[in-house]
Amino acid sequence: MQPVVLALAGNPNAGKTTLFNALTGARQHVGNYPGVTVERKEGEYRKDGFAAVIVDLPGTYSLTAYSEEEVVARDFLALEKPAAVINIVDAANLERNLYLTCQLLELKLPIVVALNMMDVARDRGMEIDVDKLATFLGVPVVPIVARTGKGLDRLMETVRKVVEEQPAGSDPERIKISYGDDIDRTLLEMTREVREAGLLADKYPARWVALKIIENDENLLREIKPLAPELTARLKAAADRVADHLAKTSDTYPEAVIADHRYGFIKGILKRGVITHRYDENRLYTSDRIDKVLTHRFAGPVIMLGVLFTIYYVTFNLSALPVSWVESFFNGLSGLINNTLADGPLKSLLVSGIINGVGGVLGFIPLIMLMFFCIAIIEDSGYLARVSFMMDRIFRIFGLHGSSVMAYIVSGGIAGGCAVPGVMATRTLRSPKERMATLLTVPFMNCGAKLPILALLIGAFFADHRSLYMFGFTLLSWVIALVAAKILRLTVLRGAPTPFVMELPPYRFPTFKGLMIHTWERTWQYIKKAGTVILGISILLWAMMTYPGLPADQAARFTQERTWIVEHYREKDQREFQLAELEARREAAALRSSAAGRIGVALEKVSWLCGFNWRTNIALIGGFAAKEVVVSTLGTAYSMGQIDSGDSVSLSRRLARDPSWNPLVALSTLLFMVFYAPCFVTVVCIAKESGSWKWAFFSIAYSTTIAFLLSLMVYQGGRLLGFGC
Amino acid sequence: MTKKISLRRMKKNQRGVISAVKVAGDLGRRIRDMGLVTGTEITIQGRAPLNDPVALRIRGNTLTLRNNEADFIEVEVEDNGE
Repeated sequence: MQPVVLALAGNPNAGKTTLFNALTGARQHVGNYPGVTVERKEGEYRKDGFAAVIVDLPGTYSLTAYSEEEVVARDFLALEKPAAVINIVDAANLERNLYLTCQLLELKLPIVVALNMMDVARDRGMEIDVDKLATFLGVPVVPIVARTGKGLDRLMETVRKVVEEQPAGSDPERIKISYGDDIDRTLLEMTREVREAGLLADKYPARWVALKIIENDENLLREIKPLAPELTARLKAAADRVADHLAKTSDTYPEAVIADHRYGFIKGILKRGVITHRYDENRLYTSDRIDKVLTHRFAGPVIMLGVLFTIYYVTFNLSALPVSWVESFFNGLSGLINNTLADGPLKSLLVSGIINGVGGVLGFIPLIMLMFFCIAIIEDSGYLARVSFMMDRIFRIFGLHGSSVMAYIVSGGIAGGCAVPGVMATRTLRSPKERMATLLTVPFMNCGAKLPILALLIGAFFADHRSLYMFGFTLLSWVIALVAAKILRLTVLRGAPTPFVMELPPYRFPTFKGLMIHTWERTWQYIKKAGTVILGISILLWAMMTYPGLPADQAARFTQERTWIVEHYREKDQREFQLAELEARREAAALRSSAAGRIGVALEKVSWLCGFNWRTNIALIGGFAAKEVVVSTLGTAYSMGQIDSGDSVSLSRRLARDPSWNPLVALSTLLFMVFYAPCFVTVVCIAKESGSWKWAFFSIAYSTTIAFLLSLMVYQGGRLLGFGC
Repeated sequence: MTKKISLRRMKKNQRGVISAVKVAGDLGRRIRDMGLVTGTEITIQGRAPLNDPVALRIRGNTLTLRNNEADFIEVEVEDNGE
């Protein structure tokens, strides 16, 4: 039997995701709707011979053309005509949730209302007469508690019955909401005309089309204009007449009147015995009492900083052990290959290229995963909404939105993260300008890849005030990111701010399953990038750093030296030591004459201004592709042989002793490294999320410029003040 | 006696009934979609540490909006001679 297509629609925070997970389990698949950045989530449901594909539509409050999510939801319902719609409704928030239900009813698709969070409603003293509600709405209503799974079987049985008894395309009689005399009359007329012309008859009911025109729905008007220009003009004129009339007589707009009547209808049914309140509606619930403290004028921000600091602390300390396990694994692996394979390009490729590069990235997984887990906790518990609430006033100064805070934190705002899921987290921002501004500045955060370099150089030159400097860099990233966002919003990205009208959902105890799914989704994005782009880049970099090899005369000299050592050092230990040193020197020389080396040397003409020599240049070029490789490249360039990101203590000492390095150079290098172009994968993400490569290139150009200017100012400024000698 | 004031000027814990939402376009739609329509009873729950945004109680749930958005919402409140 062909699985039927079901749509899952409802308000954000109504438990839609919980329901979706409960029904489909691990059999989910995330993709994209073509042309937009809205995610398409599908999953399989199978029980007792009922097979369905459930499409989780984006959470929406309404079906206007106000946002991409609503358009996507609307288009899906109209074009793909699911066999049934499961409309999840938050019982504790019934009035507002039914606003969407009304609009779904007007679309005349088969619907089953899943009345969720019955437990919360009961705790609040609300008694809901489900049968009455079903009668007044004219569709089946099934009470459920998605978190525990209660009622789900009955829900799906009801859906199955509806699917079997109401084939799609049937024209069920639905309750018609009255929108007041003025609108009703025109609506009737327009509906008749639309029906007779068969306008969009394959997609929407005629009354729905007419209503949308009265509501001045730009999306729909754009659709019908080319189909029937004359009819459209007439319908639009009729709608304008109503609008004029309303403006003159009641000083209001059709949209407002329609919204008022929808809520009036809803209030009407609820008053007729559907809901009875045992307690005063405005009594404070536990959530509100918690908020009194957590969003308090003084305690609020202090607690927030405390929470962020705790996340930082937990992430770093708990992940230290697993990170060292992963590192040992890769060290062992490269050791094994070292001993079993013969010397030559293949071995070098495997060890220096692949294991070094990819291993470095994978080594971060425990840290990143833990960070994402902590983020999932504050997201799922509802605390994140409070953070956005408290931060909004500050973020608005920079042309951003309180909700941007998430994207910054995921990208490494606390320290450790990844800009790839960070960039994707900007999807929740509705205004395109604010979204772009956030997109383009999240790469400034200290992602997991930047941490080892920070650790290396701070450890080498600022060991006495290690944590202070780390904290300082975190703070600096935020300052630069916010200032850059402001400048972008004043110049290239001018535009109106997104409305902040937002729900503050009640605090919830996150479910373990939900936390795992959220954590894994983001971690997987990070791993995927390692397996694909970084692997490719590592190989490319390896090639650039190996070829062309040493020029013949130099190679000959090294061979000579080798022979000399073998002859002159009789004692095994001494000989091995000298040979190792020689090999390291040879590698550094080979690096210098490789393609990457030559570029590094050529760049010295400019980079000296910031205090970088060719070795730093190569490392930074490598970092252009993937910042994880900066440390290992630096290690190779300083002839440390094979060095991996974790074992940087010896490199640290080496740099501290090197005459061309000093604290000022270290500072300048760090500044450049933290702020220059995002890594390649992030650039690709930016291109995808912004819809154009133009922005991706822009982000590379402007961040590298900022980084260069910062380094320049600090280095030259420092030299002037006498620091750099 | 009652008077009509802008939502922005309401104080913490003050109650009122929305009498008008004077804005169209995206913001207007958003405000209405969230349930802020004429005849709705609201209570000011509090404000963020920097006085902006404001959190209000509506039908037992909490909504937040910025002061410059609250400007468009007219509310009928008790006139205590303040």
